[in-house]
Amino acid sequence: MTQHFPALLIIIPLLSALLVSAMGWIDRRWCFPLAVASLAGALAVSIGLAAHVMAAGPIVYKMAGWRPPIGIVYVIDYLNAPVLVVILAVALLNLISAKVWIEKDFEDKMGAYLGLYLLFLSGMVGIVATGDAFNLYVLLEIGSLTGYALIGLGKERAPLSSLNYLFMGTIGASFYLLGIGYIYIATGTLNMADIALLVPQLEGSGTLFLALIICMAGLFVKMALFPLHGWLPNAYSNAPSASAGLIAPLTTKVMIYAMVRVGLTVFTPAFTFARPLLSEAIVWLAIAAIVSGSLLALMQRRLSRMFTYIIVAEVGYMVGGFWLGNKAGVTGATLHIINDAAMTLTLFMAVSAIIWKLGSDKFEDLQGLFGKMPFTMIGFVIAALAVIGIPPTCGFFSKWYLITGGINAGQWGFVAALLFSSLVNAVLFFRIFEIAFFEPFAEGHGHHDHGPVFNEAPVTMVAPLLIAALSLIALGLYTGDIVTKLIQLALPAGIA
Amino acid sequence: MEMLYSAKPLAAILVSFFVVPIIFSSRSENVREAWTFVAAILKFAIVLSMLPFVLKGGQIAYTLVEVLPGLAIEFKVDAFGMLFALVSSSLWIVTSMYSIGYMRSLNEHGQTRYYACFALSLSATLGVAFAGNLFTLYLFYEMLSFATYPLVTHHQDQEARSSGRKYITYILGASIGLVLPAMLVIYSQTGTFEFAPQGFMNGHFSQPATAVLLLMFVFGFAKAGVMPFHSWLPAAMVAPTPVSALLHAVAVVKVGVFCVARVITGVFGTKMLASIGLGTLVCYVASFTIIVSSMIALSQDGLKRRLAFSTIGQLSYIILGIALLSPSGMTGGMLHIAMHAFGKITLFFCAGAIFAASGIKNVSQMVGIGRRMPYTMTAFLLGSLSVIGLPPLGGFISKWNLVIGTLESGQIFFLFVLLASSLMNAAYFLPISYKAFFCTDEEAMFEKKVDEVPTWCLIPLCMTATCSVIFFFYPQPFLQLAKLAVATIIGAPMP
Repeated sequence: MTQHFPALLIIIPLLSALLVSAMGWIDRRWCFPLAVASLAGALAVSIGLAAHVMAAGPIVYKMAGWRPPIGIVYVIDYLNAPVLVVILAVALLNLISAKVWIEKDFEDKMGAYLGLYLLFLSGMVGIVATGDAFNLYVLLEIGSLTGYALIGLGKERAPLSSLNYLFMGTIGASFYLLGIGYIYIATGTLNMADIALLVPQLEGSGTLFLALIICMAGLFVKMALFPLHGWLPNAYSNAPSASAGLIAPLTTKVMIYAMVRVGLTVFTPAFTFARPLLSEAIVWLAIAAIVSGSLLALMQRRLSRMFTYIIVAEVGYMVGGFWLGNKAGVTGATLHIINDAAMTLTLFMAVSAIIWKLGSDKFEDLQGLFGKMPFTMIGFVIAALAVIGIPPTCGFFSKWYLITGGINAGQWGFVAALLFSSLVNAVLFFRIFEIAFFEPFAEGHGHHDHGPVFNEAPVTMVAPLLIAALSLIALGLYTGDIVTKLIQLALPAGIA
Repeated sequence: MEMLYSAKPLAAILVSFFVVPIIFSSRSENVREAWTFVAAILKFAIVLSMLPFVLKGGQIAYTLVEVLPGLAIEFKVDAFGMLFALVSSSLWIVTSMYSIGYMRSLNEHGQTRYYACFALSLSATLGVAFAGNLFTLYLFYEMLSFATYPLVTHHQDQEARSSGRKYITYILGASIGLVLPAMLVIYSQTGTFEFAPQGFMNGHFSQPATAVLLLMFVFGFAKAGVMPFHSWLPAAMVAPTPVSALLHAVAVVKVGVFCVARVITGVFGTKMLASIGLGTLVCYVASFTIIVSSMIALSQDGLKRRLAFSTIGQLSYIILGIALLSPSGMTGGMLHIAMHAFGKITLFFCAGAIFAASGIKNVSQMVGIGRRMPYTMTAFLLGSLSVIGLPPLGGFISKWNLVIGTLESGQIFFLFVLLASSLMNAAYFLPISYKAFFCTDEEAMFEKKVDEVPTWCLIPLCMTATCSVIFFFYPQPFLQLAKLAVATIIGAPMP
């Protein structure tokens, strides 16, 4: 049974997507429990896989028994095992948290919405698990198309934002596809491991170099690296709350994963990092992303929009860390995929609970929030500490690796940008704390005893939020295990 | 050196952490405050139970979790940490008592949050005191910043808001902007954070690099109030007086100087600093702060603001003492943590008592108040004498050691700094007491009769004032702890 786990990982969300949408016509009450059950099942499978990888090493699964390089393989190794667990955990927690939203917004479209939700997930999981460069493109499109729909289902300007995203996303995906075409011309194969074997013989190949650049450019569009980030803030902040909590933590992080995967195990580090000028240029792009993302976040007056620009900055963290090309940098970038997914999830679940209760996430409406929604705010504060990078939350440790990477590479611009972004994040979140802590100023110099009325979000929102918040601390404390038992084993020998 | 592995340090830290949910769930005021007392006394008892072993020259260590190689949450109780833990945990009991009297008589709002944050702050303070490496130190330092923010901004009005903003900007900005990068650079070169008696930086950095790193720590631990990173402290005086008393005369600010002292002794190493002459650099920075803050204090009319600037100066005494790098200087610096704490907390208690009883905040309006509140103002006099450093009060012992320290290291300039500052201390403290007691009936500014404050407020301030006197005659265990700590640092046999 265990041997078919890699296939189950994709098949469970895929089949249950069909089942759930069919159930929408029969009995709507069953849709939600079914979706939760299937995600819980997939999560259990991914945990089983991760345990197996840690105990016995990577697994290569041949789809339908076809042998590579002809057939498509799914590879679960040290790199993607933890990412898979995080993706499914994020999706499950967000689904539970979004229950009330889904019931309210999509009452009559419950089956269709949940079907899309699961289909999106099978795309994301597939991108991470696949060992085939072309298959990655196919799954990328599955994930993207469902993503456009999930965002476009929102109110007011959501369809327009989704259309924008669609244009940009399609361009990005096409670039990636073009890159794969060049790889195929140069190597004659699409299997990742197979390409990696052939790359050392093609060291000076211009075709392959072009392939690298085009692939990366495509992925940069999809992950919203500055200055290609224009689609992201609108798409994420106008999306329905249920979708935002799913797409914001996952899409960019999965694209970063794809960058790491393609950079490390398709092109091999020796080829990817062979041109200092290219690496340097991309790191400076990342620095620009960090600085401008932070500054743009400062200008926002709505929580969810502020978060979207923080994502833009965080993408810069990971891209910059990866292209430093040294061990600490790549480790930090990979670790930050996991940590940032958890952090973003916590933030977006908190904002979804706040909007649920207040009907708005504008700064001026947040007054007295610590008194009204103390539990939501506990989760929010922990997430904020993680984003700022205060130990022992996980955000500190990935930033630690990233900065160490910057120091080791002598890339002081990157180090300064990370510290600058930490400081800006501190300002961003303390501004919120301040608004939420101070009620509308009362007469009598604060000596009043009637605080804001306790008005907390439903338990299905608060419980997943608090679990996610605690996981930020747990991830921080287990950084050592994640790094030494997984990430460092995933790094190929070529990285110093 | 004897080493004992025990979870006691962790227990001492967590006692007040676990009491937070209980405080929040308590329905009645009395139950809530009772739990605060239980936690405070328990914490003090645990700290006290470790004292005999530490006094024998032993150390108590405990590793909670090793996050990365060399990056562990780890506690180590040595003489210096013990000294600081004793001071802060004993004064928490007293302050809790004072809080009850003060907060209830002023009918403050949000008292539950107040007591909970207080308990959290004490957890963080002990975490700093017992930190076994730089990472743990930084972790609890940051935790303290966050836990104290709701206390500083307790009144939740416009003034509290802007002061809170200033507070967090200085504290957090300096620690993220200066301390964190310095830590990272040190870690990337040495690969360790473990405090060692002679530091662990030897030979890894050039002299200019070491100087830059050292200053990054001295300024970055902005809680120590070294100028120009001091102006959060006067701003933070908007907090209720018990907060100013415990946090901004004892726990928070002393955490700052404790961190600086730890870094100087445990990270850089006194021998290394002495050999390249960087101790003197820090001495000059501290001296500047001492003189300038004393001069500013002279001009302040708000009593709490005057106390705040006095605190800034006194904190730099401690840094000066450590940076003299001579045995007596270091002893005096460490001892001053304890002596100044007891003296200054008395002064803050008195300031709060005056405000609670009469609503007066300014020195110029306190003419004749000694006649109305004789006990409070007597305690105030004792406290100010201790801070000035006159016998027969505890402050004398630490200042004496500091003065000897300047002579030992042969840096006479700093002797004059200390003496000049003492004169100025006298100049800004003694007139308050003088006017409080000696004035004609026409000058006395009180229309209606002011009674002494509630007993709950009065007892604590009398206790701390008495302690200040007792420490002159019997400065143990603080003196012994300070000497032990210095002996470990300079590698001398145990005293």
